[in-house]
Amino acid sequence: MFVNFFMTLREHGVPVSLREYLTLMEGMKQGLANHSLNDFYFLSRATLVKNESNLDKFDQVFGHCFKGLEAPEGEDLLTDIPEDWLKKLAEKFLTPEEMAEIDGMGDWDKLMETLKQRLEEQKERHQGGNKWIGTAGTSPFGAYGYNPEGIRIGQKEGRHGRAVKVWDKREFRNLDDSVELGTRNIKVALKRLRNFARQGAAEELDLEDTIRSTAKQGYLDIKMVPERHNAIKVLIFFDVGGSMDPYIKICEELFSAARSEFKNMEYFYFHNCLYESVWKDNGRRQQNRINTYDILHKYPQDYKVIFVGDATMSPYEVAYPGGSVEHWNEESGEMWMRRLLDVYQNAIWLNPSQEKYWPHTHSISMIRELMDDRMYSLTLGGIDEAMKELSRKK
Amino acid sequence: MKFTGTETYVATEDLMVAVNAALALKRPLLIKGEPGTGKTVLAHEVAKALNKDLLEWHIKSTTKAQQGLYEYDAVSRLRDSQLGDKKVHDIRNYINKGKLWQAFTAEDSPILLIDEIDKADIEFPNDLLQELDRMEFNVYETGETIKAHNRPLVIITSNNEKDLPDAFLRRCFFHYIKFPDKDTMGDIVNVHYPDIQNMLVREALNLFYDVRDVPGLKKKPSTSELLDWLKLLMVEDMPLEILRSKDKNKLIPPLHGALLKNEQDVHMLERLAFMNRRESR
Repeated sequence: MFVNFFMTLREHGVPVSLREYLTLMEGMKQGLANHSLNDFYFLSRATLVKNESNLDKFDQVFGHCFKGLEAPEGEDLLTDIPEDWLKKLAEKFLTPEEMAEIDGMGDWDKLMETLKQRLEEQKERHQGGNKWIGTAGTSPFGAYGYNPEGIRIGQKEGRHGRAVKVWDKREFRNLDDSVELGTRNIKVALKRLRNFARQGAAEELDLEDTIRSTAKQGYLDIKMVPERHNAIKVLIFFDVGGSMDPYIKICEELFSAARSEFKNMEYFYFHNCLYESVWKDNGRRQQNRINTYDILHKYPQDYKVIFVGDATMSPYEVAYPGGSVEHWNEESGEMWMRRLLDVYQNAIWLNPSQEKYWPHTHSISMIRELMDDRMYSLTLGGIDEAMKELSRKK
Repeated sequence: MKFTGTETYVATEDLMVAVNAALALKRPLLIKGEPGTGKTVLAHEVAKALNKDLLEWHIKSTTKAQQGLYEYDAVSRLRDSQLGDKKVHDIRNYINKGKLWQAFTAEDSPILLIDEIDKADIEFPNDLLQELDRMEFNVYETGETIKAHNRPLVIITSNNEKDLPDAFLRRCFFHYIKFPDKDTMGDIVNVHYPDIQNMLVREALNLFYDVRDVPGLKKKPSTSELLDWLKLLMVEDMPLEILRSKDKNKLIPPLHGALLKNEQDVHMLERLAFMNRRESR
């Protein structure tokens, strides 16, 4: 009977399975949610949602599916307007000329001011009417991209005082989105890439072998084995300077997490695209350069390679000899990328720029093609995916 | 048999629904939330409210799933065999029951707390899938099957340090304890310190939420830290004026050591308070 609700949840990316649905039915049958819609909400949330980052999505779908089922309560709550929503609205309510004008002045505050005015006006016009303002519609600029349907925010409504229900408060809003990255979280994400092996000095008691050997010999014969540790080997290439500057913090976090997680890790810097040399010290990047060939020869092919960069540059920098902005490169960046990828089968690219903008930059598509689509966004989810890809045996 | 909170534990409505659902359908309940919001305490309180025994299994990074079922003590059998002990002929003498075994075979179905499941290795939850789902397991050494007659209520807590596998999650109920709002927090404080002055609580709560709102804190103070802090304030008999006088002499909350556990956080708060004071001049 809630199939529609179930399907809508799946459509909106809440990973619910049949088993959970059946559990919910079982719970309903036992009368766990007989008292109110609220109880049903809590029960279905406990059964269907298994991760706090999905709670917000769940609340929205629930609100959408069961809208108007409950009588108004006379509670008056104003949900505040999230900033990104305002941004999206900017595209809807301001004419391109106005946008250009404000853009020209470079005054973000003023833009917000105008928007708020617009919203006020809009509220008045719609008095008594629609409670929700949807943000469907795509931008004329393509900057803020496609706005997923069904994202709505609460708006105080003048006279009717309709209730904002629990799920409409959307208290879990800031738990959604995997953008928040701390080193702790990155470390956890990187942990997926583990490959335990026993190497080095024998320091642990090997119980099995000791017993076997003792039984065989007739006297206590202690056997030792080396400790188990992570034997994964990683090369990381960081893009520095230029368009990477806004992402310095996140790259630092990734770097420190990777450093503590991988014992065998080597890192190098490059600018925009990989060419015949890289460096390890940004202060002396002109003097102490390392030949890329040396890297290819020095590190065996069981190393896993991670590129970190926004891959945002002119297409010439990838495709043509002499395309680099910093120096004259004899061979194209594409060539060097291919050379490296030929040696290291396990390679991925982490891109700190937002995934929705990727199709708009030609060089990103080029690099992505070079990487066989193994480009992931530098968010927790992206790192997770990337580590899964890297740990695949090739 | 329903759980409705206890004298010492304020349960929100959604938490009660989740606990009761887990009780009714005999499924494990997975609890997540900020550290210090009462995840572990929940199991204690449920056990108290329902008058059942509580079995605690605290997970560490070295814990193996097998340890929860049973452990075969090969070393002492080996020793006994060298000493010629009679015990050595029966392998059952060397099998130590784990927490799950104890929970499954207990007379009155107890409550089993698996605390901080995310501390263990990433494979740990997968190794317990069948055991928690069907509530039975095999003992290879003796060939017997241990099966729960009364399924215990299993409460699992996680601090989100590792993702849990989907297959595991599908078998659980899930509840995220969100940070209590001011009213609920007031209730919680009342439950713990019934004879505290109302004024003190109000001032302290205001300060507490102010501190929590400071952007960029490494570790936000949580319920348990607030309770510790209040206790300290009471013991020290802190006059209300000190809590109230926001930026005169004292820069940061008195006895802040109970709230902030990180010296960078303390520095940041001091700096912010200093800037505030300069602005207000």
